[in-house]
Amino acid sequence: MNAEPNTEIGVQVENLNAWFGKTQALQDISMNVAAKHATAIIGPSGCGKSTFVRCLNRMHETVRDARVTGRVRIGELDVYNGTPAVYVRRHVGMVFQKANPFPTMSIYDNVAAGLRLNGFSDRHKLDEIVENSLKMAVLWDEIKGDLRKKSGASLSGGQQQRLCIARALAVEPQVLLMDEPCSALDPISSGKIEDLIFQLKEHYTIVIVTHNMQQAARVAEYTGFFLLGRLIEFDKTEKIFTKPSEKRTEDYITGRFG
Amino acid sequence: MPEDPIATSKKTVPRVNLRRRVVNGAVTCAAAGSVILVLIPLVAVFGYLVYRGIGSVNWAFLTQTPKPVGEAGGGMANAIAGSAFILLIASVIGVPFGIGAGIYLAEYGRNRFGDVIRFTADVLNGVPSIVIGIVAYGIVVLAQGHFSALAGGVALSLMMIPTISRTTEEMLLLVPNSLREASYGLGISRWRTTLSITLRTATSGVITGVMLAFARVAGETAPLLFTAFGNQYWNFSMEQPTAALPLQIFTYAISPFDEWHRQAWAGALVLIVLIVVSVSAVRIAASRGMLKGAN
Amino acid sequence: MANGALRVPGLTGPKPVAGPQLARDTSLSAIRLKDAGGRLADNVFHGLVLSCALAILAVVGLVLYELISKSQLSWHAFGFKFFLGQNWDPVQDQFGALPFIYGTIVSSLLALILAVPLAIGVAVFTTEMSPRWLRGPLAFTTELLAAIPSVIYGLWAIFVLVPLLRQYVQPWLARYLGWTGLFEGPPYGIGMLAAGIILAIMIVPIVSSITREVMTAVSQQQRESVLALGATRWEMIRMGVLRNARAGIMGGVILGLGRALGETMALTMVIGNRPEIARSLFAPGYTMASVIANEFSEATGNLYLSALIEVGLALFLVTMVVNILAQLLVWSVTRGAPARTHA
Repeated sequence: MNAEPNTEIGVQVENLNAWFGKTQALQDISMNVAAKHATAIIGPSGCGKSTFVRCLNRMHETVRDARVTGRVRIGELDVYNGTPAVYVRRHVGMVFQKANPFPTMSIYDNVAAGLRLNGFSDRHKLDEIVENSLKMAVLWDEIKGDLRKKSGASLSGGQQQRLCIARALAVEPQVLLMDEPCSALDPISSGKIEDLIFQLKEHYTIVIVTHNMQQAARVAEYTGFFLLGRLIEFDKTEKIFTKPSEKRTEDYITGRFG
Repeated sequence: MPEDPIATSKKTVPRVNLRRRVVNGAVTCAAAGSVILVLIPLVAVFGYLVYRGIGSVNWAFLTQTPKPVGEAGGGMANAIAGSAFILLIASVIGVPFGIGAGIYLAEYGRNRFGDVIRFTADVLNGVPSIVIGIVAYGIVVLAQGHFSALAGGVALSLMMIPTISRTTEEMLLLVPNSLREASYGLGISRWRTTLSITLRTATSGVITGVMLAFARVAGETAPLLFTAFGNQYWNFSMEQPTAALPLQIFTYAISPFDEWHRQAWAGALVLIVLIVVSVSAVRIAASRGMLKGAN
Repeated sequence: MANGALRVPGLTGPKPVAGPQLARDTSLSAIRLKDAGGRLADNVFHGLVLSCALAILAVVGLVLYELISKSQLSWHAFGFKFFLGQNWDPVQDQFGALPFIYGTIVSSLLALILAVPLAIGVAVFTTEMSPRWLRGPLAFTTELLAAIPSVIYGLWAIFVLVPLLRQYVQPWLARYLGWTGLFEGPPYGIGMLAAGIILAIMIVPIVSSITREVMTAVSQQQRESVLALGATRWEMIRMGVLRNARAGIMGGVILGLGRALGETMALTMVIGNRPEIARSLFAPGYTMASVIANEFSEATGNLYLSALIEVGLALFLVTMVVNILAQLLVWSVTRGAPARTHA
């Protein structure tokens, strides 16, 4: 028992199962993700870690023949019961493996997209939110001169990824899901994103999928280890990396497979 | 001194012999020759269009309506305007339906039913234009009781729909799926994502498709023969028979009058310039990158 | 939320000690978003684009319905003999479509004979032989050839091609090949030969662009494996490329045929428009599309109109079958799908 007395639950997952057609990708996952902390999800390729985070904001079901059972709660939001998927996704930001800014939109429009396309039209407020989001993503100073001039696709890889983070923050989510956000970036850009995660977790619940164990150790308070669609172990990061209680976790951490 | 291995191999494997080299050369010449043979009519058609047409394209030609037989002068202004009018009607009907169907095929139609639609679009694309004319006659002219611009527009729109829908589909499929995911991830609904993200990213490609369909029907004559029918005067009513540039060219070309032949060449030059300009503009725009910046 | 509901078997999560407090949903109170109607709007949009797609089905259905229902009169009057009768006499209300069918088939075959070798030559040259910088312009030029409207080809044929045939080509053909019976009679210029030639010029771009497409679809490995055996370039093209692409090339040829069958304006302007079956290619003829183009708006009497629509129906069905066959052949190469069954 090592829970902090004051920790609130950010995301509560109960008996989550997920399928692609007939293949079961996740089996009976239950875990409580701490609010305003970073939780890392690690495991070998194909273990279901991406599927897991994609179940938290119902992105999983956008894939053909995909299916989910179980329960996910985010704050007062029951993700799978009675809430439309688009509503869930507005409360849960997502950052993808490969930066995917909208190529035909300016930097400003990229950040504003989530709000505008959801029917938000107060211009002054929008300016303010865009600026704030870019500042939070530590991108503001680098691009404030060409906010409306440059296309989102003209930025460097690391900047694009931070732009995507700003875009996700602009809709003011409670939870930020990051699916291997640094896997396509160079070490310096990765470092900037990691710094950013440190700042963001003061305001947001962060779930970050990573195949980089050092990264998990650096940014996350909690770590869950997935293997073959099951959650093998979930604990404080420190404990996972120093004295895991499961043999399989230890094998993975020490590089014996995966 | 050891035997030269290359010399040995020359003995066992003969060099490419003369006959094979001659055949190779002959075929190369034949292929190059066929390119030249195909280019001759192209050059000839364009050359004659310019040679015969340029002298007759003047201000009167572009601003006046046809004069009666025997009188010199006059022009095809009403036919040019009529073509524009009919094409406008065709685009107003054909473009939304074509793009809509393309969106369906790309975003919802990755299944058996989508294949049926795709197949049907290909069938429609292959229907001879004269047959499309018969159909437009049956559904519009007979219903209205007379030939009309609307009937011509409907006929051309039926020809535009399959082309536009297939190119729209192709262009939308080129948009990387990660952009759709990014949009869904922001809580943007599917229809909004399709219109404001996917379609917007593919805009220049979709416009290319529309322009190609437009250029293709702009010169169509057969489906207009008994729909728009032609008219010697100005007309801007959907309800009335309307002149069209290709129709006018046809009528004048098969007439026995030199003055009309001259005008037919001029009309053909105007028509081809319009078509070639739009096709090349699209080609150039397309080669500058269909999906600007998409990766 | 009761604490007891938390089931995290064997796992130590951040389990709050004294009754978990689910984090309050506060962040969104700052900005208010309209719930954009979500599902309803999505369904409306889906319905909208679906109806556009269904419109395509409806149009083809409508084409069939119009043609079949409006040709009933003629079908009942003449039955199958309609397609075998040689007499087309609107005054006597006698209609037989054989001369048009004959004219359509002969002009199209003539066009194929002239166009196919040229088109394949052009495709082989552009994909395999031409220097790289020339490929783009060549492809563009052939595309331009396809963009010229039929009526302009017709115009050019009347004033340039036909006089040329009449003065030089036909006398020459008659002198040296007249014995075949294909090239005899007075050299009008206008007639089946002119029709075939102009049609050939018009279908070269289609056949060559499809051939080019299927040839590019043949994998580089096929080429290299033949070259590695010491083949000359032509042997590589013949064995490595053409052999693998032949079903698709056949598809391109048939697609060209489909286009030729339905071609109207240029033919109407040069074929002579006489409903007779003649052996000589110098003689004037008539095609299915041309007779509709020439007579439809002047057709008086229901039977006359119905007969013309029946010609249209026959034309539609034939081109449809030809096009479908061509599609299947092209797909068999470019998608590598059921190649063997069609080859």
